[in-house]
Amino acid sequence: MFDTLTDRLSGTLRGLRGRGRMRPADVDEALAEIRLALLEADVNVAVVRRFVERVRERSVGGEVTASLTPGQQVTKIVNDELIDILGTSPLNVQFAPKPPTVVLLAGLQGSGKTTAAAKLAQWCKSQGRNPLLVGADLQRPAAVEQLRTLARSIDVEVWSAAGEVGDAGDPVACAAGGLAHARQAGRDVLIVDTAGRLAVDAELMTEVARISDAVEPHYTFLVVDAMVGQDAVATAEAFHATLEVDGIILTKLDGDARGGAALSVAEVVGRPVAFASVGEKIDDFEQFHPDRMASRILGMGDVMTLIEKAERVYEQEEAEAAAQRLVEGTFTLDDFVDQLRQLRKMGNLQSIVSMMPGISDQVRNTEIDDDRIATAEAIVLSMTPTERVSPEIIDASRRARIAAGSGTSSAQVSNLLKQFTQMRKMMGGMMGVGSKRRPAGRKAARKRSKGAGRAAGGSRTGGGGRATPKGASRTGKPAGKPSVADIDWDALDLKLPGR
Amino acid sequence: MSTTTVLIVIVIFVVATVLLCALPFVHRASQRRSKPASPDTPIAVSRSAAQATDEPVAVQAPSGATFSSGLASSRRTLRDRLASINRRRPDEATWESLEEALLGADVGVATTMTTLERLRGTAADQDIVDAGELVHALADQMRAALDADRALHAIAPGREGATPVWLFVGVNGVGKTTTIGKVGARLSAEGQLVVMAAADTFRAAAASQLQTWADRCGAELISGSSGADPSSVVHDAVSAAAARGADVVLADTAGRLQNRKNLMDELAKVRRVADREPGAVAETLLVIDATTGQNGLSQARAFAEATDVTGVVLTKLDGSAKGGIVFAIEAELGLPVKLVGLGEGPDDLVDFDADSYVDALLGVDADDPGLSGP
Repeated sequence: MFDTLTDRLSGTLRGLRGRGRMRPADVDEALAEIRLALLEADVNVAVVRRFVERVRERSVGGEVTASLTPGQQVTKIVNDELIDILGTSPLNVQFAPKPPTVVLLAGLQGSGKTTAAAKLAQWCKSQGRNPLLVGADLQRPAAVEQLRTLARSIDVEVWSAAGEVGDAGDPVACAAGGLAHARQAGRDVLIVDTAGRLAVDAELMTEVARISDAVEPHYTFLVVDAMVGQDAVATAEAFHATLEVDGIILTKLDGDARGGAALSVAEVVGRPVAFASVGEKIDDFEQFHPDRMASRILGMGDVMTLIEKAERVYEQEEAEAAAQRLVEGTFTLDDFVDQLRQLRKMGNLQSIVSMMPGISDQVRNTEIDDDRIATAEAIVLSMTPTERVSPEIIDASRRARIAAGSGTSSAQVSNLLKQFTQMRKMMGGMMGVGSKRRPAGRKAARKRSKGAGRAAGGSRTGGGGRATPKGASRTGKPAGKPSVADIDWDALDLKLPGR
Repeated sequence: MSTTTVLIVIVIFVVATVLLCALPFVHRASQRRSKPASPDTPIAVSRSAAQATDEPVAVQAPSGATFSSGLASSRRTLRDRLASINRRRPDEATWESLEEALLGADVGVATTMTTLERLRGTAADQDIVDAGELVHALADQMRAALDADRALHAIAPGREGATPVWLFVGVNGVGKTTTIGKVGARLSAEGQLVVMAAADTFRAAAASQLQTWADRCGAELISGSSGADPSSVVHDAVSAAAARGADVVLADTAGRLQNRKNLMDELAKVRRVADREPGAVAETLLVIDATTGQNGLSQARAFAEATDVTGVVLTKLDGSAKGGIVFAIEAELGLPVKLVGLGEGPDDLVDFDADSYVDALLGVDADDPGLSGP
């Protein structure tokens, strides 16, 4: 299989280095690669065709700047174009001045509407709202019961006409009843879950239109499975024609699908992706970040989310200290264990690896066992403090002792030590590149001067969040989010193995 | 050092640390990859070939007509697209149209490229000059690629006497529970005594949903409490079925994304437990949603590795999606498509028919004069 788009382009466009301007023929070759990458990511054929045309227009005759190779430049144009389609900024839900704010969820069967409804309710609660869920899916057996069970876990009330399993009722009346109940009970958000329906089913499409007329939603969200392929366009067109979709909720984004459907749908509907569902837990639901999705579709990793996760677990001072030791190359096995623990706090290894840029699909899809961390930790903890500081003193007898203490084999111990040494060497090399690159980073930082506020305060969003005024960090966040395009190019070069 | 630099450094550190942990695995993966791709590497090819000699107790389809009529909606749009390429000499535009037709049906980049490459060879060999003929040649070639044995096994091969278990697996929301309901209805209508196992103990109300289906077709449902070990539910169901002398156990499992290793391990265990006396796994059916894109291949690989999948059920083919990914799955991985879901009713399940499927995918009919060229 192909690697990331960046890898492909760097091969295609190597000949372009040193040329002042890109010629149409060069761009054509690059665009063919982009087309394949997008198709592999499940972007719709027609959408890809239009997309490639637009990139061609922007690329041909574009100046090749000193800091970017032509390959990177085309990738950057692609990236910008992707962000344009996906929505330049996250959709911010504005709660209606006269409550309740009505939200209608619609989509195909199995796209994850019921789960998304509960997750959205939880999100509203986290925004200080008091939501009411309406179970208007009276078709699928036990759909309402599923909603009730989920709602119970987050302590949200469910309104539905059908209390019992499989009881056929009128979803339109049910939704209208929910609205009346929300007004009466003083709920300020109403989330209506509807039955899954095929876009070609005229009868059911009329029904959902009638539900929409009955509750007059402020927001109509189309729920789309991230694994959907070419059909995303037909579905989105049909739902948009019937309901006038305001935004998209992308579900099952924690899988390994590239999620090109998001692009197809956003292009067809012309509305942004509002939320993304990224896990099975009820809290695994977040506002969507177009730039991160662009990187994901291009297979460039998700550096921003990675940084954010790092921010959540690292304290500012710890971070400084760790960085310092890295630069000096003086970190020990103790530091190593410390980092492993931090890493574990950031989530499972697989998801972290999948967020990294410059990682080939082969590595990305390699099964990485989280037990690996525990084993490594056990090995290091079975060493004496002296051994942890100077691992070179570990001889065969010490190795046997460590192996016995950690329940591993001598081979595993020496393997870990070998890798540790390798990594230290690798880090040294990376830091060398990193320091050379620093001016570019600073330039990028100046460009997004607004970002400074967040950069200073934002890194404590985790445990130390209280030290920063709440409002400041919130409002600073969207504006100050460093553009991934700026960071990525540095980061890519730093991390691409074999460059 | 600026905060941004610190963050970048941290990220690099994390990357390096993770790579360190990943290194042995990457190494192993590359070793696995570098093994010569012998024909028996794809999981099920040799397996299903072996099964062919065993007794394939076919469960009869109601009719082939349902299959075609259910596909009518997807057929029309594709036919429109291909209509433009007929009655013209095949030129580059023709090939592009064919490519877009296959890609647009979710057949996938790699499979589309190899398919068309072979067709170019055929076209050159047979000196095909007519675009309509070319489409028929493509249809023939695709039909020939769908040649796996798709008989459903009512009894686990070589395990006569054990209670046969049909295990249904797949990612979230593809329609596993609904499919079991429909399979249960079909087998019950044939007079079989069906026991259903609600081993999806994760999703809220999954057992209730299956209970509704069990009630509809008069099957017995064995379920556990929410969050219970799915293996124990399957074990209980198999024991109960054996005690009652039931003909088959249909086991539902929780939807899981194939990159969740622990969940896939759990599923592998469910299969092992189901295959233990007094039960024997006769079919492990991977349920795939027709709207699924390229991720379907990744699903098929992962589930086949974890649970030894014996066949694919393609659901929701009554919509506008063409489910072309199952062509890639069968042609590349050798996993036969056995059943097709065409709606939410108990009867909306038919046997997969390669001819109708390819015709619908390409929008050609053997008896359609409009497409046979001038």
